[in-house]
Amino acid sequence: MSTAPERTATRSTPVRPARRPSQATPAHRGDRPSPWPYLLIAPAILGMLYLLLYPLARAVVISFQDFRLRQLILGDAEFVGLRNYRTLLTDDRFWEAVRRTFVFMSVNVVAIMVISTLVALMIERLGRIGRTAVLSSLVLVWAVPVVAATTVFQWLFHSEFGIVNEALTGLGLHSFEGYPWFAHGGAAFTIVVVLIVWQSVPFAAITLYSALTTVPGELYESARMDGAGATRIFRSVTFPLVRPIFMLILSLEVIWTFKAFVQIWVMTRGGPGDATTILPVYAVQTALAGQRYDLGSAASMLTVLLMGGVLVVYFRQLFRQEGEHL
Amino acid sequence: MSTTRPSPRRSTAHRALRRLPLRIAAALTVLVCLFPVYWMMSTALKPSRDIQSYDPRLIPQEWTLDHFRRAVGADGFGLFWRNSILVTLSAVLLALLVALGAAYAVARLRWRGRRQFMLAVFIAQMAPWESLIIPVYIISRDTGMLDRLPTLTLVYFMITLPFTVVVLRGFIAGIPPELEEAAQVDGCTRLGAFRRVAFPLLAPGLMATSLFGFITAWNEFTYANFLIIKQQDSRTLPVWLSSFQSTFGTDWGATMAAATLFALPALIVFLVLQRHVTSGLASGGVKG
Repeated sequence: MSTAPERTATRSTPVRPARRPSQATPAHRGDRPSPWPYLLIAPAILGMLYLLLYPLARAVVISFQDFRLRQLILGDAEFVGLRNYRTLLTDDRFWEAVRRTFVFMSVNVVAIMVISTLVALMIERLGRIGRTAVLSSLVLVWAVPVVAATTVFQWLFHSEFGIVNEALTGLGLHSFEGYPWFAHGGAAFTIVVVLIVWQSVPFAAITLYSALTTVPGELYESARMDGAGATRIFRSVTFPLVRPIFMLILSLEVIWTFKAFVQIWVMTRGGPGDATTILPVYAVQTALAGQRYDLGSAASMLTVLLMGGVLVVYFRQLFRQEGEHL
Repeated sequence: MSTTRPSPRRSTAHRALRRLPLRIAAALTVLVCLFPVYWMMSTALKPSRDIQSYDPRLIPQEWTLDHFRRAVGADGFGLFWRNSILVTLSAVLLALLVALGAAYAVARLRWRGRRQFMLAVFIAQMAPWESLIIPVYIISRDTGMLDRLPTLTLVYFMITLPFTVVVLRGFIAGIPPELEEAAQVDGCTRLGAFRRVAFPLLAPGLMATSLFGFITAWNEFTYANFLIIKQQDSRTLPVWLSSFQSTFGTDWGATMAAATLFALPALIVFLVLQRHVTSGLASGGVKG
């Protein structure tokens, strides 16, 4: 990583004296390290150590053990080295799930980012009433609990009594009469994507919109006076300014869709066949079927590694931007 | 607020025409957002024979509360309700408190390990929670914390914490430090400057993150289902909803009524808080 951000950071330090009530003279952070940052992050660190890192370490250990129902109860697990990983990496079903996870993630993330950017730009241009109406309905969708929303989508796409089939048939598409959505791989996959996009757009759109409101209006005025069109303004003025938030949402959506589980589990359990079995579903299926907790753990660890690979690109970008902004 | 007002030179009619696609898009967005929610509620209010109809109507002809009665009458309804609220609120408050400190430290202070901490928080986002159930189960069992609500509270706190830190950090970084510096020049302490200047501007951020924490904890099913086994009195609403679904099978009326009851508190909390979020934005608070 370049040293430029560091220099920017230290240069801005002396401008802000760290004064506290007890101290008469301002203490410059450059002079001696203050304990405050560490006290402020201590509770978060402790929480992460005990509730995240420790269980994670145990999960890693389990992935190197022979760990089934017997070992769960008696706790006499044996180490088997990389055997679980070898089993997975030679399994065609696993590689199918990997491929499917990337397709699933890309389709979802692209749809979510495009739709939420358009919705955010739309909200900004709306009048007061329109804006309130759209924001309220977005917030409402965001509030619907996942299990409830999933149940509702099952009902919407019900083969016999579902309103979607009814509407499609009404539009003259008679092949949809009694169409069993959850019996066809592609159709079930589509429904899960629609459900996840429907649930994810509100957060992304609202956050992007709040980022848009921070763009000073004068910038638009001067850009317009220079004769820039709408597309040009978005590319040269709006987007660069909201890019940090855009990238943040992008990375969160990558993580969230990569880990999508409850919707798929409640709706299809990964079926029909393996059509909606993405990696997290695969891991739980493996753990539950035959109590292979060791294989399930190994699959989860591989999922984390893959996701980390995707996000490395993002981290590098983030740190470069940090340097520009701080 | 509106940064893209059309120039006043254009005629009103021309402007109205220009805004038509925008209005249609807005109406479409509202429709797509609200229809599934509407369909859930209206199904819950329809008599069973209208639900199992090959010709579903958009507006119910008859209304009935039968499905709701069956849902509320189910065992332990009030208790599970109380459990869910208790766990959710304590997890959200804990996460906000812890995250605010951490986010401030990251956004405003310079210290060794800041980047590493932020990296850790980002990695924590990726935590494969579903795969941590077995270890968390073992740890809870060994410390006698199985079947207890505080265990769920701690787990939900941890699930929401990384997100809360990331978003609050973004919001704090978005407030120009010059505002606080000005207050400090005027004689405020660093803490006082943060409390009086930055904290009010943070309101939308705090609202947004607490909404997220609320929905996550209110939603959570897998851990509630796995860590609360023997002590049925400690179950939460999502688990109740799932057992309800399996009891009633294809009774879509009762299932939709149960889903409505389960979603309702979240919907209400969101709609109430949403006004603050948007009014905070509208007052130009975050513009700085």
